[in-house]
Amino acid sequence: MTAAASTLALEIPWGVLLGAKVMIILTLLPLTALILGYVFLMKMMAHMQSRLGPMDPGGFHGWFQLIGDGIKFIQKEDVMPADADRRVFALAPMIILISTFVVYAVIPAGPRLVVEDLEVGIFFALAVSSLSVIGVLMAGWASSNKFALLGALRAAGQLIAYELPLVLAVVGVIMQAGTMSLQGIVGAQANGEIFGWGAVGNPFVLTQAVGFVLFLAAAQAELTQTPFDMPVAESELVAGYQVEYTGFRWLFFQMSEYATAFALAGIAATLFLGGWYVPGVEGTAADVLGPLVLFAKIMAISFVIFWVRFTYPRFREDQLQAMAWKYLIPLSLLNILVTGILKVVF
Amino acid sequence: MAVTEQQQQAFIGKHLAEAQVAVELQDEDMVLNIGPQHPATHGTLRVVVKLDGERVVAADPVIGYMHRGYEKLTEYRSYPQVTTLINRIDWLSSFANEVPFIHAGEQIMGIEAPPRAVYIRTVLTELSRIATFLLFLGEMGAQVGAITPVFYGFRDREYVLNLIEAATGGRFHPNFNRIGGLKDDVPAGWIAETRRMMDKVFESCDTFENLLEGNEIFLARTKGIGIIPGDVGKGYGVSGSNLRASGVDWDLRRDAPYLAYPEVDFKVWTHPGGDSWSRYWVRLQETREAARIVVDLLDRLPSGPVMAKVPRIIKVPPGESWVRVENPLGEMGYYVVSKGATGPFRVKIRSASFSNVSILPWLLKGVYVPDLITILASLYFILGDIDR
Repeated sequence: MTAAASTLALEIPWGVLLGAKVMIILTLLPLTALILGYVFLMKMMAHMQSRLGPMDPGGFHGWFQLIGDGIKFIQKEDVMPADADRRVFALAPMIILISTFVVYAVIPAGPRLVVEDLEVGIFFALAVSSLSVIGVLMAGWASSNKFALLGALRAAGQLIAYELPLVLAVVGVIMQAGTMSLQGIVGAQANGEIFGWGAVGNPFVLTQAVGFVLFLAAAQAELTQTPFDMPVAESELVAGYQVEYTGFRWLFFQMSEYATAFALAGIAATLFLGGWYVPGVEGTAADVLGPLVLFAKIMAISFVIFWVRFTYPRFREDQLQAMAWKYLIPLSLLNILVTGILKVVF
Repeated sequence: MAVTEQQQQAFIGKHLAEAQVAVELQDEDMVLNIGPQHPATHGTLRVVVKLDGERVVAADPVIGYMHRGYEKLTEYRSYPQVTTLINRIDWLSSFANEVPFIHAGEQIMGIEAPPRAVYIRTVLTELSRIATFLLFLGEMGAQVGAITPVFYGFRDREYVLNLIEAATGGRFHPNFNRIGGLKDDVPAGWIAETRRMMDKVFESCDTFENLLEGNEIFLARTKGIGIIPGDVGKGYGVSGSNLRASGVDWDLRRDAPYLAYPEVDFKVWTHPGGDSWSRYWVRLQETREAARIVVDLLDRLPSGPVMAKVPRIIKVPPGESWVRVENPLGEMGYYVVSKGATGPFRVKIRSASFSNVSILPWLLKGVYVPDLITILASLYFILGDIDR
C-alpha cells in the first residue's frame, strides 16, 4: 500500500504514486461510510429503539443491506427539478464529497502511512472540511425549492458559527504540541509526559479535556447530526437542502455525511487520543498495528457522535447560535488562555 | 350593459398593476406551503405560512383534504352500520368515537345498557385514550427532532392495541358497540392480562418522563412555546387536554358524567402553563390516570349480561338527542335526529380537532418554523377528526 509505495518512491514515477494514493482514498471513502452507516445507523440505532434492524440481506445480520441500497440508488432515474440550476445542482454533491475526500489525505494511519504529511496538516484539514458549506448552499439554491433554500441558509449560518469553536478547540492542542503537522502532533503525544510520567505518552485528551469536549460538540454541529440537524430537519424542512435530490446524487450526500463523520472522528482521534500510536511499537509493526488502533479510536468517537444523535431532540436555530457564541466560543478562548499560561509556567 | 373591450382591458390592467405593487412591497416575505404532504402534519393538513426569514408572519390552516362526508353518509345507513363509519373519524381512538353515537341512539330509544356493558365500555374507552396518548408521547419527541421516542411510543401502544384486539376483534376499528350494549363479553383471562399490561403502561409513562422531561433541549424547545391563555382557548372552542393544559379545570367525564365515570374516583389534571410543555405534561399525567381508572374499574366489574333486550331490527322512534363526551382529543359530540326509520335522519358531528386547529392562525403568529412544528405536534390533532 502507501507504505510500500513511499519507501520505493525513488523508483515509482510520481504520477503512478499519486494515482495509487487517490485510488486508495477513493476506495476507503465509501468503505468507511458503509461501515459507519451499517454499524451505527442501522444496527446501533435499531437496538437503541428496541428493533433489530436489517437481518436478512447477506445472511449475517443484514450486512449487505447498505451495499444493496447503494446498488439501488445507482440504478435510479436521475431526476432534476425543472427549474433547477442544472450545473450547480449536479456539482453540489461532488463538492461536498471532494471536501471530505481531501481530509482523508492528511490523516496519518502509521509512521509512514499517510498520503501527504503537510506542515500545516491540521489547518489544511479544517480548512478543506469547511468547503462543504459551499456545496450545501449550492444544493439548496440550485434546487429551486423553498424548503431546500431554508435548509441551505440554516446550514450556512450553522457551519460558519461552529467552524470557530472547532478551530479554537484545536488551537490548544497545537500550542501544546508546538506543531501543526498531524504526524508531529501524534509524535508529541507519543513522546509527551504528564508531570514526568511518560509510560503511555500524553494523549492530549488528558491535558486538553475541555478542548476535546468542545471539539466533539462543534464536530457534531459541523456534521449536522442531531441535536444540530436543522439543515435537514426532517420534521420541519422535510429533508432541507437534500429534498430535491434522488438516486446517486442523494447517495453522494449520504456517503459524504458518514465519510465526514469518519474523517472528523479521525482528526479527533489523532489530535486527542494519540492517533495511530501504540506504546512500545515502532517501525513496520506500527505501520501494521497503527491503522487498526486508529480505526478502533475512530469507531469509539463515532459511537459517541451517533449515540448523541439518536438520543437528543433538535435545537432551534436561535438556540444553536446562542450556544455557539455564548458558550462554546468563550469557553474555547478561555481554554487557549489557560493552555498558554500553563505552557509558560511548566 | 355590455362591457367594451377597452373597459375590460383597463380593469385587468388596473388589477395587474395592483398585484405588481403588492408583490413588490412584500418581497421580503416568502409563502411556504407546509403540507398537505409534510411529515409533521400527520395526515393531510396544509398550513400556508408567510415567512419573514424563519419567523411566521401569518399562518392559515387549509383543511378538507380528507373530507369523507360522514355526516351525509350516515343518513343512508342503519344504526349498526353507522358505527363502522364513525370508527374512522378519529382513527387512533376509534372505540371512544362509537360510544357517544350509540348513547344518542339509546337515549332516543329509551334503552339502557346493562351495568357490565357500561363498565366494559368505560374500560375500552380509557384503553383507547391510553393508546392515543402513548403515541402522542412518542410522536412529540419525533416532532422536536429526537428519533428514538417515537419507537417507544409505538411499541408501548402495541400492548394496549393487543388488548383492544383481544376484546373486540379489531385493533383499530373495533365496531364493538351495539345499541343496548356490546357485541360480546370480554374473553376469558382478558381482565388479568389487562391488569398486567397496565403495569407496563405505568412503566412506559415513567420512561417518557425520564427521557423527555429531564431533557434540557426538549424543555428549551417546548417551554413557553405556543401559549394558549385559558380564555382565548375557550373562545376558540379548544377542548380536552389542550384546554386543561391552559389551566381550565374542565373535564366532561367529571362535569357531565356518562358511562361509569361517576363511580370512579379520578383526578382531573390541569397545568397553568398553557404552552407546549404543559400540553405534553397533562397528557402524560392523563395516561397514568387512565391506567388507574382501568385498574379501578376492573376491580369492580359487575357480572351479568352485556346486552339489553332490543328488537332484532333496530328502529329508532322519532326524536333527537345531543350527546357529548370527553374523547382523547377533546370534546366530541353527536347530534342525532331520528324520524322513525332504521337509520338516522341527520347526524351532526362535533369533533375536537376541528375546533382545536381553529386556533392556529392566532397561535402561530410570530413563531419560528421549528416552533410551528412543535405547536402542531402538541395540539395533537387527527386529520380524520378535523375533516370527518
